[in-house]
Amino acid sequence: MALQITLNGEPRTFEAPLTVATLLVALDMTAERVAVERNRRIIRRAEHAATDVVDGDVIEVVHFVGGG
Amino acid sequence: MNDTPLRIGGLELSSRLIVGTGKYATMAQADAAIRASGTRMVTVALRRVNLTDRSEGSLFDLLQRGGYHVLPNTAGCYTVDDAVRTAMLAREIGLGSLCKVEVIGDPKTLFPDPIGTLEASRVLVNEGFTVLPYCTDDPVLCQRLRDVGCAAVMPLAAPIGSGLGIRNPTNLRIIREQITEVPLIVDAGVGTASDAAVAMELGFDGVLMNTAIAGAADPIGMATAMRLGVEAGRLAFLSGRIPRRLYASASSPLDGLLA
Repeated sequence: MALQITLNGEPRTFEAPLTVATLLVALDMTAERVAVERNRRIIRRAEHAATDVVDGDVIEVVHFVGGG
Repeated sequence: MNDTPLRIGGLELSSRLIVGTGKYATMAQADAAIRASGTRMVTVALRRVNLTDRSEGSLFDLLQRGGYHVLPNTAGCYTVDDAVRTAMLAREIGLGSLCKVEVIGDPKTLFPDPIGTLEASRVLVNEGFTVLPYCTDDPVLCQRLRDVGCAAVMPLAAPIGSGLGIRNPTNLRIIREQITEVPLIVDAGVGTASDAAVAMELGFDGVLMNTAIAGAADPIGMATAMRLGVEAGRLAFLSGRIPRRLYASASSPLDGLLA
């Protein structure tokens, strides 16, 4: 089953079931270098595997970039 | 140089120069310039991961290799909520709980919103952050920021990236006289090494800059100049400059002149 989410402002489709942890793997992102918000709530790293991503979720994945 | 370390919150820094990591042509150039600056603390920004272009070099590797204290900013935030949200996400990445609070009030000057800056700082101090707010050079605002528990106060020299140097040295002197409990850092607007030296000669505890180094024709050379400028200014401050006087005072003896 496909699920539609908004990822960093863009509509994206993934196969269910999906967790924050498997989403980061699918995106080839290292969990230790990013922070994740699901529907405006921060998902701590220890909760990634246990946090389901479901249809309609709004996910933000952020990291550090150069800045002053 | 016989000096105490710069103490911010619980941290001790052997360098009084804090540098940004933005605007460099390449990550290798950033790495070399930041090393040349001698800094122990660098600022970073928090942004969405680019999902389509993953080619950008890794800032994370640079930070870890250098062992720098990481000072995430809330640049680009115009509201207290956005600044607090950004700081919370930055802390979640796990490189400490420092936060350079920026709540911008105007896109053209990038002058901070003083009311939003004070409120965001208050919230983040209560959330356990070590807060360093970027603020205007208003002595009363700087006192209020100290009073809400900021670990340092960082008034601007001039608009961000302008390179105009220290526009209001008299206000900075007043701020220095009035705030002795926490470090004072001049943040933003420095253009060249003499500006950094002047900030330190005014008795400030440190200087934070990004564009002045990253935008120079030779960022590594300028980073070195800034390191020396900060050191020269600090040493001059500690050494006690002579008072300014309107008329001459001869350097050579007046006795024993040929008749």
